[in-house]
Amino acid sequence: MSAHEETVVHHDIGESPEGAERLIAKPAAPEAKAGLQLRHFVFVALLVLAFVLPAFTKNFVVFQLTQTMVYAIAIVGLNLLTGFNGQFSLGHSAFYAVGAYTAAILMEQAGLSYVWTLPVAGIICFILGFLFGLPALRLEGVYLALATFALAAATPQILKLSPLEHWTGGVQGIVITKPDAPFGLPLNQDQWLYYFTLIVGLILYLAARNLVTSRTGRALMAIRDNPIAARSMGVNTSLYKASAFGLSAFYTGVAGALGAIIVQFVAPDSFTLTLSIGFLVGLVVGGVGWLPGALFGGAFLLFVPNIAENVSKGLSGAVYGLLLIAIIYVMPSGLAGFLQLIVSKVRGK
Amino acid sequence: MELFIQQVLAGISTGAIYACMALAVVMIYQAIDHLNFAQGEMAMFSTFIAWQLIEKCVPYWLAFVLTVIISFIGGIAIERIVFKPIENAPVLSHVVIFIALYSVINSAAGFIWDFTVKSFPSPFGSAPLFGSSLISAHQGGMVAVTLVLLLLLYGFFSFTRVGLAMRAAAANPASSRLVGIRVSWMVALGWGMATALGSIAGMLIAPVVFLEPNMMISILLYGFAGAVLGGLTSPGGAVLGGFAVGVIENLAGTYIPVVGSELKLPIALVVIVVVLVFKPAGLFGRVVVSRV
Repeated sequence: MSAHEETVVHHDIGESPEGAERLIAKPAAPEAKAGLQLRHFVFVALLVLAFVLPAFTKNFVVFQLTQTMVYAIAIVGLNLLTGFNGQFSLGHSAFYAVGAYTAAILMEQAGLSYVWTLPVAGIICFILGFLFGLPALRLEGVYLALATFALAAATPQILKLSPLEHWTGGVQGIVITKPDAPFGLPLNQDQWLYYFTLIVGLILYLAARNLVTSRTGRALMAIRDNPIAARSMGVNTSLYKASAFGLSAFYTGVAGALGAIIVQFVAPDSFTLTLSIGFLVGLVVGGVGWLPGALFGGAFLLFVPNIAENVSKGLSGAVYGLLLIAIIYVMPSGLAGFLQLIVSKVRGK
Repeated sequence: MELFIQQVLAGISTGAIYACMALAVVMIYQAIDHLNFAQGEMAMFSTFIAWQLIEKCVPYWLAFVLTVIISFIGGIAIERIVFKPIENAPVLSHVVIFIALYSVINSAAGFIWDFTVKSFPSPFGSAPLFGSSLISAHQGGMVAVTLVLLLLLYGFFSFTRVGLAMRAAAANPASSRLVGIRVSWMVALGWGMATALGSIAGMLIAPVVFLEPNMMISILLYGFAGAVLGGLTSPGGAVLGGFAVGVIENLAGTYIPVVGSELKLPIALVVIVVVLVFKPAGLFGRVVVSRV
């Protein structure tokens, strides 16, 4: 499920840029050594579970699961950028917002079917991400964090601007009609959107997995691990880094469009810095550089604040923070590192 | 022209707040090599401690000194308790811990002192400075204190053994350990000093923006921006950067039509990003050259 066994970049060329090695939990491939059978078995089992689950759960739970998958898609996007290309971003709420607004405007004003809003949202975000990635090429680490942060801070403000109100609906936002299940399928709206998101998510996940195990993926990781060595080997670092930004924005934009469709509402204040930080937290608890971790990250993002709220109303922030600290203590490299530890314990190594 | 001068002056007086915070940001960056998202909340908590002491009829300056000492110890305690056990975790995990700390401290302060706005006394008074209505005596005092702190820090890092050891530990931990510097304690010391500086910043800022658990959120962002603009490796640059951010923000709000007042923060940030594209280490930062 992960490509790290194929990472063939060595550090013997010299000191790598500071922090590059510590940014990523190095071998983040928990069940890579556990053999093909186990890995595939888990994948198929999870898939079957995902397909039958809506039949046994309440509508609200189905909605929550859909939302989890939507967050997971966005986190996969962030993972492609941060985990595999080593670029830090606090600006992904902006791409999520662009995706969401693209879907909302196309559906409500242009009358486009919700299915077609996804590729449009993705492509618009890819272009925006690529263009943003170009100046970002010159920035690294905290400087890149600040630049992307600027993007996140500006987005809600821009969406509220009066000249754009005709399209964006200003502070009020846009209400979206929920699509029905097509072909007379015996599903209610929530269930249909669940399966729709599941299928889109699955396609995007498999595409991301293939990408990171491909030549391109190796180039991205080579840039992360040692940009100078990568360049010497003939990797066009500028093009790859900007494309990684674009691709990451593509994923996040599609997630944003899906999110808008399932929530049936977009408004500027849903897309603040908090959302970007949420993606980052989701990425880290799931495991940086391990794609399936996104699902865990998405679930964390959705459920843990609620759990904290249930434990204590007044101190929910403190409970959330302590839970987060506890998770990092138990699994410093996220779920990925934790599973890897378990697998190696079980195999007696 | 008069409007311009007025806006620049107003920018400098808000910039003083950002400069204070930027200094604390640079301090911790020197010690631990990344930005601490929880720093604003730590400063806010310290300020609440000072407020509590003053409420209990402790004289202002005694409360001030006590708060700085408590913050110093508190900063070291946070490093020892929270960060020491995971010092080998990936950098992004540390960032997540910062976010968690932010959440814990904010929530705890709201729980202990609730979210109502409290006023905080100023040691300099609020009379206008030199008869100008734009800068008050407090803001003048704030600028003065910031500059004094800057001088002290410069002296500490340049002329004392501990200061030298701290710089060495941040620049090259492995070699520092070999020459007998206790690197891990230097990091803790950096946390303590940054928290102490943050508490001073908090106590200077509180009379202007009023005391409440969320007071530091936007100030920290501007402080970060100032620090990054000036260069994270240069305390003097950070202070200048803080002032610059205040001025840019004010001028953007005044002179850019229609969107100016709505987009003050984004415009200031965009200006900073543009500067960074041309000067990637900030205006006064040292360019790090890595040997290959």
